[in-house]
Amino acid sequence: MTITGKAWKYGDHVNTDVIIPARYLNVSDPQELARHCLEDIDPGFAGTVQPGDVIIAGENFGCGSSREHAPLAIKGAGVSCVVARSFARIFYRNAINVGLPILECPAAVDGTEGGHQLEIDLEAGQIRNLTTGQVYQAEPYPPFMMEIIKAGGLVPYIRRQIEAGDLSIR
Amino acid sequence: MSMTLAEKILASHAGMEEVHPGQFVEVSVDVVLANDITAPIAIAEFEKLGLGRVFDAERVVLVADHFAPNKDIQSAGQCALMRRFARAQGLPHHFDVGRMGIEHVLLPERGLVLPGDVVVGADSHTCTYGALGAFATGMGSTDIAVAMATGRIWMRVPETMRIVYHGELQPWVGGKDLILYTIGRIGVDGARYKAIEFGGAVVDALPMAGRFTMANMAVEAGAKAGLFAVDDVTHAYVNGRASRPYRVYQANEDAAYAQVIEVDVGQIEPQVAFPHLPENVRPASQAGDVPIDQVVIGSCTNGRLEDLRVAAEVLRGRRVHPDVRCVIIPGSQQVYLDALRQGLIETFIEAGAAVSTPTCGPCLGGHMGVLAAGERAVSTTNRNFRGRMGHPESEVYLAGPAVAAASAVAGRIAHPRDLRPHARNT
Ligand code: SF4
Repeated sequence: MTITGKAWKYGDHVNTDVIIPARYLNVSDPQELARHCLEDIDPGFAGTVQPGDVIIAGENFGCGSSREHAPLAIKGAGVSCVVARSFARIFYRNAINVGLPILECPAAVDGTEGGHQLEIDLEAGQIRNLTTGQVYQAEPYPPFMMEIIKAGGLVPYIRRQIEAGDLSIR
Repeated sequence: MSMTLAEKILASHAGMEEVHPGQFVEVSVDVVLANDITAPIAIAEFEKLGLGRVFDAERVVLVADHFAPNKDIQSAGQCALMRRFARAQGLPHHFDVGRMGIEHVLLPERGLVLPGDVVVGADSHTCTYGALGAFATGMGSTDIAVAMATGRIWMRVPETMRIVYHGELQPWVGGKDLILYTIGRIGVDGARYKAIEFGGAVVDALPMAGRFTMANMAVEAGAKAGLFAVDDVTHAYVNGRASRPYRVYQANEDAAYAQVIEVDVGQIEPQVAFPHLPENVRPASQAGDVPIDQVVIGSCTNGRLEDLRVAAEVLRGRRVHPDVRCVIIPGSQQVYLDALRQGLIETFIEAGAAVSTPTCGPCLGGHMGVLAAGERAVSTTNRNFRGRMGHPESEVYLAGPAVAAASAVAGRIAHPRDLRPHARNT
C-alpha cells in the first residue's frame, strides 16, 4: 500500500498528553478525539491536516500514558503514517493494535521538513521524499508483528486464531 | 541459564525454561486491570472478540478512579458502561466510588497483585506493582481486551538495566527523590523498552511506600517494568493481604544486565522536576524563586499513608500560604481512614488544605484542581507534560510530599528545612 501526503514535523518526546489531552478523554470516538489532536503543541494541526498526511517526529514518540485514544486520535485525524526516530513502547503496541501505520527511520526524520511531500510504501518500509528526491528505508517489523499488521490489528488476529480453534485460554 | 528477575518471571509465565531479551513470547497473566478511561475501549474490543466471558472473573479488576466521582455527564457514561460490564460478567473486583482508591494504591493494598505475578493494565503506571517483585506493565485497551478474554498476551522480553543505590539518605529524601534523580540522570527514554531492576542497600532499607513510588515512575524513564527483589519488607506487606498463593522469583547472581548504574545517594537532596518533562530535575535548594498557586499531594505515586505522614509532619502547626490552594488526596478509602484515625486529616484541614475523596482528579487535569493559564503547581504526581494538569500554559513541578508540603507553606518551591520552625502565615 502506497500513501502520499504532506509532512507535519515535531520534536522529541511528543507525549500522549499533547497528542490528546486528558481533558478530552471522557469520550473515545476517534472523530471526536481527532478534533483536539496535538492542540496543545500545534493548535493549527487538527483543523488543517489532510487525509494521507504524515507525522514526522524525533525520539520517543508517544511516551507517557497508555491511552489508546492517542493513536486513535491521530488515525481519526486522517494521518496515514507516523515516522519517528523512535517510539515509546506502549504507543508502538497500541498503534500496531489499532492499525495506525508507524515507521522507525531516523534518516527520513532528519531529511524531512514540515510541508515536504512524502510517498510511503508501507509494505516495503520505503519513504520517498518527493520534495527532495531522497529515498529512505525504515526498520523492518519483526515477523511476529508483521502478522498482526497483515491481519489488520490485534483483534482480527486473535479472532482468526479463535476461528481456527487454536487459541489457548489461560 | 542465568536470568534477571524480569526474565525469570516471563519465562515461567511463558512455560519456558529460559527466555532472552528480544524474544517474542506469549505469557499467561495473573491479573488484568482497566480504569474508567481505558475500560470503555477495552470492553468494545472485547465484545468484538466474541468469546462472551472474561477468562477468569476473579482476575479482571476494574477501578473507577480517573474521572470519578464523575466529573461530567460523559465520564458518568464511561463509569456506567464499566459498571454494567462488571455486573454482567460478575466481576468481584470492580471498585466504585466509596469503596475505591487510585488503582495502583488499591490493588496492592487489597492483596490482588502479588510477588511473581505477571500483571497487565490499561494504564501506564501498572509498573507500580514491580515494587512487589511482580512483572507488571501498562498496555493499551486493545491488548487488555485480549488479555481479559484469553488470560494471555504477547510480549517482547526486555533487556534489564540494574540501578544500584548506596550511601546514606539525607533528611527529607525519599523514594520520590531517588526516582526523580534517576530520571534526571538517565532521561525520559533512558530505559526505553527495558526492565529496570532496583537494588542496593538503600532500597533494601526502603519501606514499601517508597518502593511503590520508584517502581511507579519507571515508565517515566521509558521502562516497560521496574522491579524490586522480594525480601522481608515485601513479605511483611503481603502477609495478611494476599488473596491467593504466590511464588517468589530471584534474579541469578550472574544474570546479564544491559547496563548497571551506581547511584551514591549521599549527595542527593530533595528533588524537583521542572516543566515540561520529568527529566528536568534540580535539587530543591537550586529551584530559585518560583512562586506557586497550587499544591497537590496524592496520586498513585505519593498517595499512600506514609506520604501523608510526611506531609503532615511539615504542615503540623503551620498554615498553607494565603496565595496557595493545597489539595490533598488520600490514595484509597483505607488510606483516608487510616489518615483520619491518626489525626492527619485534622492537621491538613487546620493548616488550610482541602482533603478529597480518592481520585486521580488533578493528576491528569481531570477535576479537583485543574490549573488556569499561567498557574503553577507543585505536585507529588508523576508527569509534568505540557497541559497535564490543565491549561497548556500552566506548569507542573514534580516533587515528593515533603517539598510539596513545604512549598504549600512557603508559597514558592521550598525545601522543608528552610521553613521557619512552625511559622504561621496569618
Ligand atoms: S494518579 Fe495520575 S498517574 Fe496515577 S493512575 Fe491516576 S491519572 Fe494515572
